[in-house]
This record gives sequence, structure tokens and C-alpha cells, in this order.
Amino acid sequence: MDVQQLFTIALGAILVNNFIFAQFLGICPFMGVSKKVDTALGMGLAVTFVMGLASAVCWVINEYLLINPAIYGDGPNLAFMQTIAFILVIAALVQFVEMFLKKNVPSLYQALGIYLPLITTNCAVLGVVLLNVQNNYNFIESVVYGITGGLGFLLAIFLFASVRERLDATMECPKAFEGFPIALVTAGLIALAFMGFSGLSVF
Amino acid sequence: MDIKKQFREGLVTQNPVLVQLLGMCSTMAITTVFFNGVGMGLSVLIILTCSNIVISALRKVIPDSIRIACFIVVIATFVTIVDLLLQAFVPALASSLGVFIPLIVVNCIILGRAEGFCYKNGVAASAVDGVFQGIGYTWVLIVMCLVREFLGNGTILGGLSFLNDGNGIRILPEGVGALGISLPVGGFLVLACLIAFMQWMLARGEKKQSEEVAK
Repeated sequence: MDVQQLFTIALGAILVNNFIFAQFLGICPFMGVSKKVDTALGMGLAVTFVMGLASAVCWVINEYLLINPAIYGDGPNLAFMQTIAFILVIAALVQFVEMFLKKNVPSLYQALGIYLPLITTNCAVLGVVLLNVQNNYNFIESVVYGITGGLGFLLAIFLFASVRERLDATMECPKAFEGFPIALVTAGLIALAFMGFSGLSVF
Repeated sequence: MDIKKQFREGLVTQNPVLVQLLGMCSTMAITTVFFNGVGMGLSVLIILTCSNIVISALRKVIPDSIRIACFIVVIATFVTIVDLLLQAFVPALASSLGVFIPLIVVNCIILGRAEGFCYKNGVAASAVDGVFQGIGYTWVLIVMCLVREFLGNGTILGGLSFLNDGNGIRILPEGVGALGISLPVGGFLVLACLIAFMQWMLARGEKKQSEEVAK
């Protein structure tokens, strides 16, 4: 196993190609659940967990069911079913995580509340799975990309929620920009800062 | 069914991007070149209309408790169809939109309309709703593309293969454009300005209306 390769993937997913600020994946929960730092952290952790799990499960499904040469030989395979299969796996996975938490860790389940089912429609989760396929990652690489991508999301939503909490309390801005637009401008400025990481080519 | 009202709601007062604030990811991610915006907008319009029709036709059959999963399967089917068609007939567009075509599955606009409109309304109304909401999404994408391409790159109408090899018409000399506008930062800033403009317009409209009522 090539540790250097894994490190590059991790660094890229967290900083250089951050899911929010460089790839625009998962903006809806990023904007929706970032008014308070606590909920933002909960959401970030839940997304990280689901992204890691989804990467692993979808890799197995893709490799052994959809494009397995042992089943399809040289003929056409089921690669065209990837989108449908992956979204169903993610939806089932989120449902499963929800049931598991409800039964075994009710405190965390309460804290996450309605954000848990919303993870199904988070494009960062489907995005990471599709990117794993597109980049031809193997199992370990997929899982690392999933988890570190989630950590990048966590970092982004945490930074943004911290800034936003202070802004909402103190700032005055033009009436037209109140609420959502000024939050977008804030996110844009953080994205500008993250652009600095694009110079970070270690290898 | 009130077509005029649905038209106004889809394009302006309930615009999916600018007022309902849905579907942000693709709006900011792919709007760097004119043709991307048109392609993405039309793809969503077609998928939205088809899935609206099917979901509202099936609304009495779908059990309430698993409706979201059913919606997603219907939407994913149409997304796969459009994805394959684009790869076959407009490969350049398919490669520049990349992962954002399959990601239409989780575009909140489509799921939002399925849940909020089609599940309660008839087939014809849902079809009309799909078309107008789709146009509402498309025009925002096109405006974003025009602004970002012009300010960021100094060209307009880029990506059309019959126009200057897809490089678009150059208006500003090369190197003058503000590169940042084409980068992710620009996506956030341009969308923020558009939404702010929309809020200003809507607030002004309401003020006018209440003044007229007062008279």
C-alpha cells in the first residue's frame, strides 16, 4: 500500500480540493445548518461518518455487482445503473444509521434530529462515491477519500458557523443583503482564503 | 389550474434558486461558461418535468412512509437517461459538467417540487410546474454564466462549438478579466449579488403594493 498516495488524497480532500470551497458539493446543508457551531459540528461528524461508510459499501457494490467481469464477462455490464444503485445504497445506509443511533446512542440521535435523514440528499455523499468511481480508487483509497472528504466538510462548516455566529450578532449590512446573501459573501471570502491551499503541491 | 400564477411563481416570486434557495451546488459550480449553463438548465428542466409527471401520476399508489425513496428512484431513472443521452450526443458538454449530471439526483429543486407540489396536485398542473420551475432555474444559470464568463474571462457565449471553436466572442482583451470571478469565490459572490437584487426587487414590489392598498 502506498502511504504517500493516501496522504496526497487526504491532503487534497481536506484542503486543496475541499468539498465545499473548491468543488461546490454539499452547499445546501452547509448553508442550512451553519447558524450555530454545535449543530454544525454534529452535522459535520454525521456527514463524515456516512461519507466513509458509503464509500466503502458503494465500492464493494460497484466492484462485485455492477462491473464484476466474473458475472458479465466481455459483455455489457451494469455500469449505467451506478447512479440509481448508489443513491439507494446511501438512502438505505442513512436509514440504517438512524435506526442504530436511535436504539443505541439516543443522545446523539436527539442532537442530530432532522439533519440525519437530510444527509441522503447531501450531494457531497453521492459526489464522493461517484468521484471514487471516476478516479478508479481502490478500496482503501476510496475509504480514505470518503473520510477525509468528510473531514474537509467538517472543517468548512465549523469555520463558517464560527464566523457566522459572530456576524449575525454584530454586523449591520444593506437591507437587500440581509440573511442569505451576506452568508454567501462570507462563504466566498473563506473560499478565497482556501484558494491559498491550491499552491500546496507537496509531491 | 392557474397558468399565469404558476409562470410568475416559477420565474420570479418562487424562483427555485433566488427565492427558495435550492439547488445551490450546481448553480455555483458549473456556471463558468455559457454553454454549461444552458446544458445544465435544459437537462434539469427535462428531468424535472418528466419526474413531476410520473410522480404526480403515481401519487395515489406511493405509500406515504417510503415516498422519498420512491421519488428518488423515479428521479434517478430520468437522470440516468439524460446522462447517457448527453454522453452519446454532446460528449463535450457531458465531460465539462462531469459529476454534476449524475448529481442532479440529489438536486433539492427536483425532490422539493416532488414533495411540495406533485404529491398534492394533478398531472397537468405538475407538468406545467415542472416546465416553469425549470425555466426559472435555467434563466438564473444563464445570467450567472454571462456575468461570470464576461467578468472572469472577458468573453461571452463560450462553449458553443460553432462559435469561434467554443472559445466564445472576446469582448475584453485577453488578461483583463478578473480571474477570481471564474474561480469558486466568484460563484459565491455573483450568486450573493443576484439573490440580494432579487430580495431588493421583491421588497420594492411589496412596498408599492401596500402603498396602492393604502390609497
